[in-house]
Amino acid sequence: MTDNLLHFEDFHAGQIFALGPYLMTEEAIIAFAREFDFQPFHLDKDAAEKSVLGSLSASGWHTASAMTRMMCDAVYARSDILGSSGIKEMKWLKPVFPGDVLSGTMTITGTRRSASRPEMGIVTFDAEVADQFGTVKATTKSMAFFRVRGS
Amino acid sequence: MKGWFMEDFAPGEHWVIGSHHFTREALLSFNRRFDPVGFHIDDEAAAKSPYGRITAAGLHVACGWMVCYLNHASAVREELARRGMPLPEMGPSPGFRNMKWLKPVYAGDTVTYSGVVKSLRPMASRPGWGLMFGLHQGHNQHGELVFAYEGVVLVQARSAI
Repeated sequence: MTDNLLHFEDFHAGQIFALGPYLMTEEAIIAFAREFDFQPFHLDKDAAEKSVLGSLSASGWHTASAMTRMMCDAVYARSDILGSSGIKEMKWLKPVFPGDVLSGTMTITGTRRSASRPEMGIVTFDAEVADQFGTVKATTKSMAFFRVRGS
Repeated sequence: MKGWFMEDFAPGEHWVIGSHHFTREALLSFNRRFDPVGFHIDDEAAAKSPYGRITAAGLHVACGWMVCYLNHASAVREELARRGMPLPEMGPSPGFRNMKWLKPVYAGDTVTYSGVVKSLRPMASRPGWGLMFGLHQGHNQHGELVFAYEGVVLVQARSAI
């Protein structure tokens, strides 16, 4: 079974994985905001219309978390992933609105074996997600660790 | 008490903004929704992983920072209001850089978040607003640095009011 999982060797620069579709519902946007980002422009339509963003929108942390979920569904959940040590860059380019359906790509930019931990390799990637109209909402440069096959 | 507009902040200024406790239930709730890899949602898989136990998703640790930041901001704003001082509108963030998950955050851990202002500049594209760049950190209850990132947020300028 383990052999069916994506391992470090299965990734190479230039490889593209499709992300999404992922629906951002108003209910989920407000629920996430209540829990983690309780600013009026993420919680309340009237308050949001008076804010600098102009309309109720998702927390950037929600969008980032949704991107992680899309990466899980596309790659991580069918891989022998060993974690990640961080995100190099995240850009919240445009607000994500209730009803937006996010989809995009995850493009592998590099792979290298870990010097200190030979059982794993480091895979770097760029990802972006756009709404149903093709407007890019967020981009990221990030990385994850994957197990080397047979180790 | 100083205000909370762009002009009121200076590089080097630092705060401890608060602590966030991570329960097992909260870890599993976040992981199931947003990062459902085996070692995040299954005790057996976690035991076999490099982490040994269920850990918080990296972005959950960032969300803990956000909760502390907003509670801190809310306390400051209440105090400003009590003193009859002007309140800036709070702005959104265009993103972040160099987020680092330096050590795992486990169920039962408490992370204390702190931050320092790195730089400030007015926004050419949005008169009346500025960008504040900061370095944020989280330490667990053992004093270990577990989390760090470089953030940026829009702050209203005093000239806007």
